[in-house]
Amino acid sequence: MSGLRAWLEAPVPASRAHARAQAWWLAWCAFRANPIAMVGLGLVLLLLVTALFAPWLAGRSPIEQDLANRLAPPSAVHWLGTDELGRDIWARIVWGSRITLAIVGIVVVIVGPLGLLVGTVAGYLGGWVDTVLMRLTDVFLAFPRLILALALAAALGPGIENAILAIAVTAWPPYARLARAETLTIRNSDFIAAAIVQGASTPRILLGHVVPLCLSSVIVRLTLDMAGIILTAAGLGFLGLGAQPPAPEWGAMIASGRQYVLDQWWVAAMPGAAIFLVSLGFNLLGDGLRDVLDPKGGRG
Amino acid sequence: MRVTLLVFRTLGTLALTFFGLLAVTFVIGRVVPIDPVLKIVGDRALPEVYERVRQELGLHLPIWQQFLLYLQKVLSGDFGRSALTGQPVLADIARFFPATVELATAATLLGVLLGVPAGVVAAVHRDRWPDHLVRVFGLVGYSVPVFWLGLMGLVLFYAKLGWVEGPGRLGVAFEDLLEPTTGLLLLDAALSGEWEIFANALGHLILPASVLGYFSLAYISRMTRSFMLAELRQEYVTTARVKGLPEWRVVWRHAFGNCMVPLVTVVALSYGSLLEGAVLTETVFAWPGLGRYITDSLFNADMNAVLGGTIVVGCVFIGLNLFSDLLYRLLDPRART
Repeated sequence: MSGLRAWLEAPVPASRAHARAQAWWLAWCAFRANPIAMVGLGLVLLLLVTALFAPWLAGRSPIEQDLANRLAPPSAVHWLGTDELGRDIWARIVWGSRITLAIVGIVVVIVGPLGLLVGTVAGYLGGWVDTVLMRLTDVFLAFPRLILALALAAALGPGIENAILAIAVTAWPPYARLARAETLTIRNSDFIAAAIVQGASTPRILLGHVVPLCLSSVIVRLTLDMAGIILTAAGLGFLGLGAQPPAPEWGAMIASGRQYVLDQWWVAAMPGAAIFLVSLGFNLLGDGLRDVLDPKGGRG
Repeated sequence: MRVTLLVFRTLGTLALTFFGLLAVTFVIGRVVPIDPVLKIVGDRALPEVYERVRQELGLHLPIWQQFLLYLQKVLSGDFGRSALTGQPVLADIARFFPATVELATAATLLGVLLGVPAGVVAAVHRDRWPDHLVRVFGLVGYSVPVFWLGLMGLVLFYAKLGWVEGPGRLGVAFEDLLEPTTGLLLLDAALSGEWEIFANALGHLILPASVLGYFSLAYISRMTRSFMLAELRQEYVTTARVKGLPEWRVVWRHAFGNCMVPLVTVVALSYGSLLEGAVLTETVFAWPGLGRYITDSLFNADMNAVLGGTIVVGCVFIGLNLFSDLLYRLLDPRART
C-alpha cells in the first residue's frame, strides 16, 4: 500500500500514465478534504448500491399486494409501512432506485454528448454555423423547462420513455452554451494551430483536442444538474406523466399516497424523503466536484 | 447609432425566440395522438359533418399553410376554445393568471427578504458556521421536491398544528364575496377594506408561498453570497476599511451597493422559474392558477388550453429574460458596450 502511495506522490512522474494517475490522486486528496462533498459521494454511492442489490435489499416484491394489510404503519415486518394496496413501501423505494438511476443515466447519456457536440461545433467553426446553432439553443433555453416537458410528455403520451425524452429535449441547451464558451477560449491556442498545421481534420481536432478540455466543466455541470433532472422526473411522475403503475416510481408513489396523507402520512413521506436524499447527494457531490476541478472559480 | 443597432438586434432575437416558441408548440400540437375533429364532433358524427369541421379547422391544408394559419390565429390572440370550460382559452388564462402572479410574487418577496441578508451574512462570515449554515440550508432548498414539501407542510401546519388555512385561495365562507378588480385577492381585499377576507386569503397564501419561496431563497442567497465574495475582495473595500469606516457601512453601503445590479437580474430570472415551479405547487394546494389550469387541461386531453398556457408562460419567461437583460445594461455602465 505504501509503495502505491509513494508511486502516486513521487515528485517526478515517470510516464504519461503515471502523471495522469498522480493528477487523479491529487484531485481525490482535495476532494476527500471536503466533508460536504464526501457526504454527497456517500449518498450517491448509496443509490448505486441500492439499485445494484435491489432484489436482496428489498426482501420482497415491490408489486405484491396484501389487501388485508393496507396502509399499515412502519413496523418490524414492513420497515416503512405499506401503501394503499398493502405493498411494502421499503421494497418499492428500493426497486424504485433503479428507475431513478435509469432516468438520470439515460438523460445524461443523451444530453452530455448532444450539448458537447452542438457547443464545440458552434464554437470551433464560428460564422453562420455558430449563429444558427446558438439561436436554436437560445430558443430552447427561453422555454420554461418543466412546462415544455409537460406539454411534450402530454403530447407523446404518458410513459417513462417519453418523460425521459421530454427532459432530455429541455435539458441540453445549457451544456451547448458551456461547451461553446470553453471552445472559444481554446480555439486560438497554439496547440490547436499546431494540430491544424500537422493536417489534422476538423472532426479529429474537435474530438481529440477540444472535447476533452471541455469535458470537466460539462461533467461538473451535469452532476449539479442531476438533482434537477431527478426532481423534474419526480414531478412528471407525480403528475402521472412518468412511469406508469404498478412501477414503483418515487414521484408516482407520492401522488398515490397523497389522498391518505392526513392520516397515513408515511405513504407519501417515505418516497419523498428518498427523492430528497438522492438529489441532495448529487447537489453536494457537484458542489464538491466544482471546488476540486475548477480551481479558478474557487468557492464562488 | 449603436443604440438603434442594439434595439434592432434585441427585437430580432425576441421575434426569433417567439417564432421558435410557436413552432415548437405547433409541432407538439401535431404530434398529439388526439383527433381534434373527433374532439369537437364526437365519434357518432356523420362523415359529412366530420369533413366540414375538418375543413373549418384547416386540417386538409398542407402542413406549412396550417402553420401560417396557426401563427395568424395566435398573433391575433386566438388560442381556440377550451374543451373543458367551453370558454376561449385566452379568457380562461386571464381568469387564472392573477392567482399565479400573486403566488409567485409572494414567494419572490419571501425569497428576497430572507435570501439577500442570508447571502450577505454568509459572505461576510466566509467558511465559518453562518456560511456553512446558509450553504447547507440552500442546498436543501435545491434538493427537496417542492410538491412533497407542500404536502408535508399541509400535514404539519394545517392538519396537525392548525397554524395556516388549507388548500385553495379562500375559505368557503368567503368565496364570491369579493368583486375581482385586479384578480389579486390580497390587493382586492385591501382596496375594498374587507380585512377579514384579507386575513383569510393571507392564511391560505402563506404556506404555498413559503414552499415556493424556499427555492427562490436558496437561489438568491447563493447568488448574493458569490457576488458579495467577489466585491469584498476588491481594493476599494480595503480602502474603506483603512479609512476607518464602520464594518456595517463597508459591507452594506460599499460592497452590497455594487451587488445590486446583478441581483436585480437574478431576482427577475428566479421570478420566471417560480412561474413554472408553481405548476406543481398549485396542484398540491388546489390553487386555482395557470399551472393547475394547464395540468387539469392536460388530463382532459384539452390541447388548446395546454398549448395556450404554454405559450403564455413562455412569453412571460421570454419577457422576463429580456427585461433582466435590459435592466442590467441600463444599470451597469460597464455592460453598455
